[in-house]
Amino acid sequence: MEQAGYAFVDILIVLAKVIVVIGINLLMVMILTLGERRIAGFIQDRYGPNRVGPQGMLQPVADGVKFFFKEEVIPSKAEKVIYVLAPALVLGPALLTFAVIPFGGPLSVVGKEIQLQIAELNVGILYIFALLSLSVYGLVLGGWASNSKYPLMGGLRSAAQMVSYEISMGLAVIGIIMITGSLRLSDVVMHQNELLFGFLPHWNIFLQPLGFIIFIVAAYAETNRVPFDLPEAEPELVGGYHTEYSSMKFASFMMGEYIALITSSALMTTLYFGGWDFPYVDESSLGIWGVLLSIIAFAVKTGFFLFLYLWVRWTLPRFRYDQLMGLGWKVMIPLALFNIIITGVVMSLL
Amino acid sequence: MGVKNVTHKSRWIERFYIPAILSGLKITLKHMFQKKYTVQYPEEKWPVPPGHRGAIRLNKDEEGRVKCVACEMCATACPAKCISMEAGVAPWDDREKYPVWFKIDMLRCILCGMCEEACPEDAIQLTEIYDFSTYTRADLIWEKERLLKNYDITVDGKYFDRSREETGL
Repeated sequence: MEQAGYAFVDILIVLAKVIVVIGINLLMVMILTLGERRIAGFIQDRYGPNRVGPQGMLQPVADGVKFFFKEEVIPSKAEKVIYVLAPALVLGPALLTFAVIPFGGPLSVVGKEIQLQIAELNVGILYIFALLSLSVYGLVLGGWASNSKYPLMGGLRSAAQMVSYEISMGLAVIGIIMITGSLRLSDVVMHQNELLFGFLPHWNIFLQPLGFIIFIVAAYAETNRVPFDLPEAEPELVGGYHTEYSSMKFASFMMGEYIALITSSALMTTLYFGGWDFPYVDESSLGIWGVLLSIIAFAVKTGFFLFLYLWVRWTLPRFRYDQLMGLGWKVMIPLALFNIIITGVVMSLL
Repeated sequence: MGVKNVTHKSRWIERFYIPAILSGLKITLKHMFQKKYTVQYPEEKWPVPPGHRGAIRLNKDEEGRVKCVACEMCATACPAKCISMEAGVAPWDDREKYPVWFKIDMLRCILCGMCEEACPEDAIQLTEIYDFSTYTRADLIWEKERLLKNYDITVDGKYFDRSREETGL
């Protein structure tokens, strides 16, 4: 990439990409809030919200309006500055993470190559992990600043949980980095673009099945989703770290959580399922249709993982706290280390 | 009697938990496409079993006239004292009296069905209508017209198939 002299057009292109990505992320949040409740309904043999608009499509709009007009309550004993800052600390990093994920093949318009990725960082994977660990601050600070017992316990739980599972998540991804030899996410995708043994897509899931299982479990724990939703375990903690929050501050927490969901689904797609790669098709030979196909492939894969999140939520019960920690430290981390060793041995043999 | 040990000893494959999770996911996926049990209330109504004691109706005879002969048996039998009427000379020659006005205070009615049992003419009956809530208390004091309309919408036993516009409920 050229270092100096960003042309005006380049800035415009980046801006356009930012707007499109954030817009689609926010749209997906709306779809997810509805999807979560409708899928919950379907799984429990009922319909879920289907009254606002056709098939309940306008339910997220109604919810959004409701959040805007709700009274904003700040507890009198709360640490005001941090209390107000916490939702932003959750939402901000969540929105930033998507910046390095390539969501489509390179697009060439009038002789100009446009990467469908906001920022092509050469340390993309590290960047994602850095931001993932930042988002824990929002939860902990929110829980602490509320000055109330349940949010504090929720915040503490999420801190412990996220720190524990981040290790196994990072160790699982090391396998990918070893295979690819790069921290750049577009390299990871390009590396998965061929065929394995001539018939399988060269996706990392086939090379790193154990790594994928560790990664997906850790991702569920990182995003505080069932079966690892202890920070907001309703029967024990009322609402968890956001118990004292109301109105748009609560909505920001929720949006942050859902965006983290989208990002981690996109990350699973990128790292283990070939990113925007449509198997058995050479996208670069199809021109603009290839780009479109790659975006669709990316969207479908990410959508599947999002659906899996919702699907799992209404299937599995919640872990007990000691089980969670036991699984994180005594099972996931040794397995992740084992995965690294296996990968190293196989790579040195081949 | 000894103690029966029911501890489950998991096989090695079960200790991975993944097969169990997958079978759980299969069950929930199956439920996702199953028939839903929800009754979409204002559009669909749950049909009550026969013999349900719901809102009261006044029956009509074959010529469409009110069957009631204003004998006041129902008003006498009513434990809640919610039925009132005024008897007048019937304009028809097959009976002596008919109710000039007939009023049931559904705010007081306890839906016990004593009026139905007391009626010698089978003129007053309880129906399967259970959703007759209103926005004002005044709307729950039913005059003769309303009670006769209840007959019209329930006489063929198809109350639950009728649209909201048709029943006005």
